[in-house]
Amino acid sequence: MAATLPVIDDPRVPQVELASFDQLWFQVAGTLCNLTCHHCFISCSPKNDSFGFLSLDEVQQRLAESVPLGVNEYYFTGGEPFLNPQMVEILIATLEYGPATVLTNATVLKDEWLQRLADADAASRFSLEFRVSIDGFSPETNDPIRGEGTFARALRGIVKLVEYDFLPIITAARSWPEADEARVVGEFTEMLRREGYRRPRLKILPMLHLGAEVERTHGYRPSERITAEMMKGFDRSQLICDHARIVTDRGVCVCPILIEAPDAVLGQSLAEADRPFGLSHGACYTCYQYGAICSNPSAASGGGHAARPT
Amino acid sequence: MTAAPTRLACFGGIYSNYLALEAALADVRRRGVDAVYCLGDLGAFGPHPDRVFPLLADHDVVCVQGNYDDSVGNELDDCQCGYVDPRDNHFAQISYDYTLANTSGEHRAYLRQLPAEIRLEIDDRRVLLCHGSPRRTNEFVWESTASDHFLERLCREADADVVLATHTGIKWQRQLAEGRQFVNVGVLGRPENDGRRNVWYTLVEFGGDQVQVEFVPVEYDFARLAREMADEGLPAEFQETIRTGWWTTCLEILPVKERRRGAF
Repeated sequence: MAATLPVIDDPRVPQVELASFDQLWFQVAGTLCNLTCHHCFISCSPKNDSFGFLSLDEVQQRLAESVPLGVNEYYFTGGEPFLNPQMVEILIATLEYGPATVLTNATVLKDEWLQRLADADAASRFSLEFRVSIDGFSPETNDPIRGEGTFARALRGIVKLVEYDFLPIITAARSWPEADEARVVGEFTEMLRREGYRRPRLKILPMLHLGAEVERTHGYRPSERITAEMMKGFDRSQLICDHARIVTDRGVCVCPILIEAPDAVLGQSLAEADRPFGLSHGACYTCYQYGAICSNPSAASGGGHAARPT
Repeated sequence: MTAAPTRLACFGGIYSNYLALEAALADVRRRGVDAVYCLGDLGAFGPHPDRVFPLLADHDVVCVQGNYDDSVGNELDDCQCGYVDPRDNHFAQISYDYTLANTSGEHRAYLRQLPAEIRLEIDDRRVLLCHGSPRRTNEFVWESTASDHFLERLCREADADVVLATHTGIKWQRQLAEGRQFVNVGVLGRPENDGRRNVWYTLVEFGGDQVQVEFVPVEYDFARLAREMADEGLPAEFQETIRTGWWTTCLEILPVKERRRGAF
């Protein structure tokens, strides 16, 4: 049983508790995606069904389960969430409970879906956020990573989302040298404006050296691990496992990045998944370095020196 | 626990807007309240940060320490506002450097000793006054990204029936289960990104079964404030916000519903 998987029992590995269950993620499309990106950290593809879809019923059950735990935000990822035939209903149901965010490649969106979601958004007190993954400001930079023609298709999806006034957050994994960041981001923003997105919102992510990215560049080096020494004085709220869990069709896992890790499944219920996790993975090192890499900017936990008051 | 008044005036984020503070305090005096609270961030954004302190003292305003107050008081490197976007942080740093450089040592000492929270008990209700959230001074709790059950948990964990907070710059309130309530009291420092130039404070009245919350608009001489900001060399983007009522910076931290209401 997944629930009996051992937590890595090395006393040198720092353990992080679920300090506050603020975010509930759903691996709503499993590992199925219409694209096969060369940097995907869980190697999603049209053929990878190692994780399956979550049904509307399953999501409803988890939403109800989350209420007594005081969960705040709900995030949906995959794979490509909109391959799940119940995705629109799932988002509409979620907006009854709280804010919803969906991470999409924007290449399969249909007007009928967006109209229904726009209506649900208008009727809800809560925000519905679209986050669109794209990896460059031109086909020349994007398509080698995400596949031939994907830049043009994603752009059409973004324009569609803008037409429905969703103000999507464009999320790009940093596939360029950090020194070029200002120029790359500037050109990207200009391109979005030319396409009619008057006030583009951007989120730049660090590259995760997992999954397909290991083949494209390299995996994590053994030295890229979190040590107990590094945790001294560190603000743990910068780590997503401090305040989130993710539901998959195999159980409740520690975070959206590590669902394939052997120790990732922490339980079958949300309450069971409230136990410490050992930061033994290379991806934990990236999360440590950059902080809040999966959350929306509006959910930033602040960081810096502003401590909890008591 | 403090023996408590029944009618409170509360505001957050003065952001050095001493003209709005003067106007708000005059309005508070006319209406009559039992106590006045500022939920932190006395300086930032506006001109002449030292000018708010005598007003607060003259009117017995009791203050909570915001992230800005902690930073200025302790002369930290940045404002701890919690932005994640480079442009937002660029403007935040301009504002912070100016504010720190123009806050006197005496006032820095005052900011340093402010409490991170204040607890009151009024008519058997436990009231918590804080800056961002009960658990974190610089946490953004937005109306459109806070579920009811999350707010109930915040109240429960903080042993509070009524939580009064600020930090986001936009007022809102939510009635919760078991008579609990979460109120963002708004800010005096800059308008709410709705194209109106006024700012807001909040009256909270205890008595009977209900806690009554009234958001009060404050008109002030915004043109003079913008002129003084220009004279002090503060960014044109900040002046524009004061003149138009639309935010021009700190935009990327907004959730989509709040962002959509603005112009930029």
